[in-house]
Amino acid sequence: MESQREEPNRKILDEIDALKAQKSDIEARISSLESQLRDSSLAKQCNGAFPSISTVASNHSRHGLPSDAIYRYSRHLLLPSFGVQGQSNLLKSSVLVVGAGGLGSPALLYLAACGVGRIGIVDHDVVELNNMHRQVIHTEAYIGKSKVESAAAACRSINSTIEIVEYREALRTSNALEIFSKFDLIIDATDNAPSRYMINDCCVVLKKPLVSGAAVGLEGQLTIYNYQGGPCYRCLFPTPPPVTACQRCSDSGVLGVVPGVIGILQALEAIKIASNVGEPLSGRMLLFDALSGRIRVVKIRGQSPQCEACGEKSTFNPEQFREFDYEKFTQTPLSTAPPKLNLIPVESRISCKEYNEKVVNGEAHILVDVRPAHHFDIISLPNSLNIPLSSLEARLSEISAALKEEETRKSVSGARLYTVCRRGNDSQRAVQLLHKLGFTSAKDIVGGLTSWQTEVDPDFPAY
Amino acid sequence: MQLTLEFGGGLELLCDSKKVHHVNVDLSDGEEKLTMKGLLSWAKTNLIKERPEMFMKGDTVRPGVLVLVNDCDWELSGHLDTTLEDKDVVVFISTLHGG
Repeated sequence: MESQREEPNRKILDEIDALKAQKSDIEARISSLESQLRDSSLAKQCNGAFPSISTVASNHSRHGLPSDAIYRYSRHLLLPSFGVQGQSNLLKSSVLVVGAGGLGSPALLYLAACGVGRIGIVDHDVVELNNMHRQVIHTEAYIGKSKVESAAAACRSINSTIEIVEYREALRTSNALEIFSKFDLIIDATDNAPSRYMINDCCVVLKKPLVSGAAVGLEGQLTIYNYQGGPCYRCLFPTPPPVTACQRCSDSGVLGVVPGVIGILQALEAIKIASNVGEPLSGRMLLFDALSGRIRVVKIRGQSPQCEACGEKSTFNPEQFREFDYEKFTQTPLSTAPPKLNLIPVESRISCKEYNEKVVNGEAHILVDVRPAHHFDIISLPNSLNIPLSSLEARLSEISAALKEEETRKSVSGARLYTVCRRGNDSQRAVQLLHKLGFTSAKDIVGGLTSWQTEVDPDFPAY
Repeated sequence: MQLTLEFGGGLELLCDSKKVHHVNVDLSDGEEKLTMKGLLSWAKTNLIKERPEMFMKGDTVRPGVLVLVNDCDWELSGHLDTTLEDKDVVVFISTLHGG
C-alpha cells in the first residue's frame, strides 16, 4: 500500500526536478544572451576584444552556477562563510581597477582568478623593464606595449569565462564618470595625489565604494572609502599635502613585494564587498611596515559632516567634478613623468655632449655628483666626486681642495666646476647654492645621467 | 611621562630615519596634563632634526599627516586637546600616494 502511495509522489517530484532543470537552463540562456548584448554594446565603446562568455553547460544545480563554474570555484563553494551565495554574488559583480602597476597587477590576478564577473582596467602607460620587479601581471614580451593590453591578456588566460573591459587611456575628469558608472566598486591602484583625489570625488558623486591602497619604499596603507558611513578620502585629507611630501616609487624606490601585499589585500577587500561577506575595512586603516614585519589596523574617523565632497552641506555634483582642476588643487601633474625644471640661466648649464668634449679635450675640471650616496653606488661617471645636495654646504672645503688638486695636477689655474645628478634638477639647485657660496662659475649638466645615456653613452645604465 | 612616538610614511626621515622613539616628556611648569598640542611642540623641538615644515604647519601637523593615539585617529579623541597618559603610543604617519 505504501509503495502505491509513494508512486504518484515520486512522479510529481520527478516532474518538479525536470521543470527546475528546464527553468535553470532557460535562466542560463537568458543571462548568456544578456551578457552577449552587454558585450556588443561595450565593444563599441572600447575597441578591445572580449572573450566569448562560456556557454553554460547543462545545469543540475538550483543556484544557477554552471557546472564548469562549480568545478572551477569549488574551493570557494566549500567555504561555509563564503559558499554558493558568495560566489554567485561575485560572478554577478563588476570591479574597476584604476592603474595596472604595482598595486593593480596582483589585485587583477586575484580578481580574475576568483571570478569577478566583469573587470575593468584603466591605464595609459606602457610596460617598462623597470616595472617587472613588482608589476607581476606583465611579462617581458609586453615591454613597450600597453599595460592594459598586457594585464587583460593575463586575466583572460587565467579565466576565460569572465569579461575584461579595457580602457587604454588616462583617467580624466572628462571620462571618469562614464567609466566608473559601469562598475559596482572601484580599486584605486594609482600612484599620485591628484588621481587619488579625482578617483575619490568621482566615487562620492556616483556613490561607489572605493578600495584604496598605496605603497612606497617598505610601507603600505589600505582602507575603504565612501562605504557604510565611513569617511571618504577628503574627510581624512581635506587639504592636499605639500608636493615635497609626495614620494614616488621612481624616486624613493619600492620593494616589489610591498605593493604586492597591499594590492592583494585590495583584491581581498573588493571580493568581500562584491560577495557581501565579512567586515570590510571601512572606518579602519591597515598600515603595513615591511621592515619590522608589522601590520597595524587603526580606527579612523567616520564621514565628516564638514567634508567638501561627501559632507552634509556639500553640493558637489557631476558638473563640478568635470570642471575641477585636480592638478592645480594638488600642485602635481596627473602624469607621473618626472619634472624637468629650469631653475638657472642657460649660461650656467652645459649639455652632456659639451661636457663629454671637455673631458675628451682634457679640460681641467672637477665633477660633483650631488645625488644621495645610495644612488651614487648604483652607477656614476668616472672621476666624479659624490657630495649629496643635502650636505653640499657643509662639505664645501672638499670641493675647494679637489679644485686645487686638479689645478696642481694639470699645472693650470681656474679649474672648472660642474655638477651632475640623475635628471638635471638637483644639479641646478646645487649650482644655485654654489653661486651663492662663492663658486660663481659652477655649471650643471643638463638632463643629468639620464641624458648622458641618451646623448653620449647608450651603454651607460639607466635606472 | 613615558610615551612611545612612532613616525612612518617617510616622516621618520625627519628624525634620523628612526621610526620608534621611547621618550620621557615632562610637563611644563604650571601644567597639569600633557595634551597633543604640548606633545607636538615638544616633538618639534626634541625629535625633528630637519625640515620641520614637513612635520608641522602652524600649531598642528601638516596636511597629509595622520595622527593616531593608541591606534585611534586623533579626530576621535579631541585632536590637539587630546590628553595623553603614561605609556600612550602616538603614531605620526604621512599618507602614501605611490603604487
